[in-house]
Amino acid sequence: MLRDLPLHPPSASTFAGQVDGIYFFALLVSIFFSLLIAVLIVTFAVRYRRREGHEVGEPVHGSLWLEIGWSAIPFAIMMVMFFWGTKVFFTAIRPPAAAIEYHVVAKQWMWKFQHPSGQREINDLHVPVGTPIRFKMTSEDVIHSLFFPAMRTKADVLPGRYTTLWFEATRPGTYYIFCTEYCGAEHSRMIGRVFVLEPHDYETWLAGGAGIKTPVARGAELFAAFNCSSCHQDAGTARGPALAGLFGKPVALADGGRAVADDAYLRESILNPTAKLVAGYQPLMPTFRGQVSEDDLMQLIAYIKSLQPAGGAAAAAGTPVQRAGFDGEMP
Amino acid sequence: MNAVAVEAPASIDYINADYGVRSWLLTKDHKRIAVLYLASVTLFFALGGLFAVILRLELLTPRGDLMQSDFYNRMFTMHGVAMVFFFMIPGIPAVLGNFLVPLMIGAKDLAFPRLNLLSWYLYVAGGLFTLWAMIRGGVDTGWTFYTPYSSSYSNSHVILTGLGIFIAGFSSILTGLNFIVTIHRLRAPGMTWFRLPLFIWAHYATSLVMILGTPVVAVTILLVAAERAFGLGIFDPARGGDPVLFQHLFWFYSHPAVYIMVLPAMGVVSELISAFARKPVYGYKFVAFSSLAIAVLGFLVWGHHMFVSGQSAYASVIFSVLSMFVAVPSAVKVFNWTATLFRGSVSYDTPMLYALGFIGLFTIGGLTGVMLATLGIDLHVHDTYFVVAHFHYVMVGGTIMGYLGGLHYWWPKIAGSMYPKFWSRLAALIIFVGFNLTFFPQFILGYLGMPRRYHAYPEEFQVLHVLSTAGASILGIGYLIQVVYFTLTMRYGKRVGNNPWGAVGLEWQTTSPPPTYNFETTPVVDWDAYEYKEKEAAHV
Repeated sequence: MLRDLPLHPPSASTFAGQVDGIYFFALLVSIFFSLLIAVLIVTFAVRYRRREGHEVGEPVHGSLWLEIGWSAIPFAIMMVMFFWGTKVFFTAIRPPAAAIEYHVVAKQWMWKFQHPSGQREINDLHVPVGTPIRFKMTSEDVIHSLFFPAMRTKADVLPGRYTTLWFEATRPGTYYIFCTEYCGAEHSRMIGRVFVLEPHDYETWLAGGAGIKTPVARGAELFAAFNCSSCHQDAGTARGPALAGLFGKPVALADGGRAVADDAYLRESILNPTAKLVAGYQPLMPTFRGQVSEDDLMQLIAYIKSLQPAGGAAAAAGTPVQRAGFDGEMP
Repeated sequence: MNAVAVEAPASIDYINADYGVRSWLLTKDHKRIAVLYLASVTLFFALGGLFAVILRLELLTPRGDLMQSDFYNRMFTMHGVAMVFFFMIPGIPAVLGNFLVPLMIGAKDLAFPRLNLLSWYLYVAGGLFTLWAMIRGGVDTGWTFYTPYSSSYSNSHVILTGLGIFIAGFSSILTGLNFIVTIHRLRAPGMTWFRLPLFIWAHYATSLVMILGTPVVAVTILLVAAERAFGLGIFDPARGGDPVLFQHLFWFYSHPAVYIMVLPAMGVVSELISAFARKPVYGYKFVAFSSLAIAVLGFLVWGHHMFVSGQSAYASVIFSVLSMFVAVPSAVKVFNWTATLFRGSVSYDTPMLYALGFIGLFTIGGLTGVMLATLGIDLHVHDTYFVVAHFHYVMVGGTIMGYLGGLHYWWPKIAGSMYPKFWSRLAALIIFVGFNLTFFPQFILGYLGMPRRYHAYPEEFQVLHVLSTAGASILGIGYLIQVVYFTLTMRYGKRVGNNPWGAVGLEWQTTSPPPTYNFETTPVVDWDAYEYKEKEAAHV
């Protein structure tokens, strides 16, 4: 019977225990106050039930100290929950710099994953245990939400924008992937599985796809295929700026403003090149909206991120952490 | 029960003052308008309930085998639309508030009787639009209408449904306006602000939210319709819009709307606890001001619906802490109601059972609300059944318990007759048990990861879903018992006196049912709210 009646989900990420911790604390607080109120109500209702000669209650009007007390004590407990919960939240939304990047493109009604080594999967996802994994996500249509219950985390996946989710799996096993933002007719079929593997099992799994191009390599092909290099050569041309070493750097714009060349900026500059025109250049670049798919766009950006100036001073690995709507890095 | 209650048999009251359909459809009497509202919101409640039955039946089995997913999606959307916009938002204010606000403050009617009638017609017009949309196939976006699904992708009647909600919104605005003006201008001599029943304070706070919040959702609906019909790029990124903007606008109204639903229920509970403990509400001023505090703070917490939407993490932190602030006045109310029982003279009449049920269920609803406001927990349970369970504890455990408690309490005033004691208590008990069995398992389901709005689900969740459906059937039996005895009471109910509960409050000092202008002579008030004295308590 108990096997059919689960009460708690499996826990398989580094911060799953922290989420459970704050949840159990809040649960205890809730049980305490619910019982307190229930016991008081039942006690009063029985003890002061209406009897002959006791037809009206005593006019007890209130006490300032009690009011202050039962405002301040719950408030104090809630502040504990607030600070604790916020701490856990920031742990769970800020991927470590060493996290490896997976690409996620959601569409009605499937999850498309791409590994850093280039393998693609639909709805299924294989990840190694003990490695922080960062998902760079976007949607081809409506809003979806990528939810890993065993990892205790989720984030909405938006069209026209990149959002981020991360976890580090701690226990091998097979766990659910759910879509938790209603996305149309087959929303409830947008279920997948994450297979958490021991590192050597993961290597074996990856080896099954030998010869598959990495996102960077595939991005380089796309870069050539779309003829990007005719304007964006290594040293830049009169028509377009150089892209090597650009990622994460501030860019001076034609309108006098500044922008940081992050994922969102690169994406916008490919799809809507005149939105943030670089100072000193003419608005010559055509839009690639509708010509490049979301999957390819991510690979193109991965390639652009990998480009180093001839000197190659900057480290490529430490890409800034980003969450949509939140500018993690200021110039 | 009441020997003195035999009035002059041919007394004229608001019901028999005039006859014919016309006299009802053109009435300006707030009490008759309240009865019109009672009939219309009951219809939507039944409709919303029917949709819920269909949902729970489908969820008995993990495979979506009873209906197509598209049909299921329409069912949960229309369940939400019918219940939220056409039952719970107008429910207590437009029925009980309409009937009681003038009576409780010693007025002849609301300040703008014609406007009051107009607000009912607007409600009906909005309701008919929405019903029409439902008959033509309904809508499948969820009651939250998230873009760009609603504006660009859905193949259902989004605009028609939205138009219905848009029109009904004006009914809400007019009711709020009417209440505010009435409470300011039409209080009887001596009825000072701090002598007002807490029901009035709650309705005043609710009216503020109705007036300030509803226009925002109206604008939002228009923008969705404009994007859908004319391709205006507001929310759809493919057209240069921002889908998250919609969520901000929608929740800017729809979170305060939660307080439109629950504040009046809190007002009802204050009345009930006081009447059935026969003593003043403990900490009157704290309870009164907590309503205003909830109304004001309620406007500052909308972003807690969007912790995982991609909104700024720092905004989420602010919304998290503000959401906890709003829990304080709610806790203050719960503690004060509990303390009101202390040294009371507590009876267990049917309305009191609902009031006590309300306190218990609202406490659980409120505490789980604090859990959801905690960022680290919401990350996991957002958009799961945990949220579904939480808001049903607040909306059904809170609003509907308050509504039913109020209906049972004031029914003898509204209809002049009394429903059967045994059956009404039994129904209250059945509803309480059925409710908990329906929604408590959903908290567990939510933490396990079961997402909202799923037509099919993994097998290991089945036992909890079966429990939930079993609870829903028990809940349904409770409602059916009510339908039977209220219907029978209307025809065969035992006449009761003016004040069957021995309660204080101006509404109990006039006849049952009251005459068209409520009082023979305008009362002059020289007592505080809930001033119970030994002699007044003897059954009238």
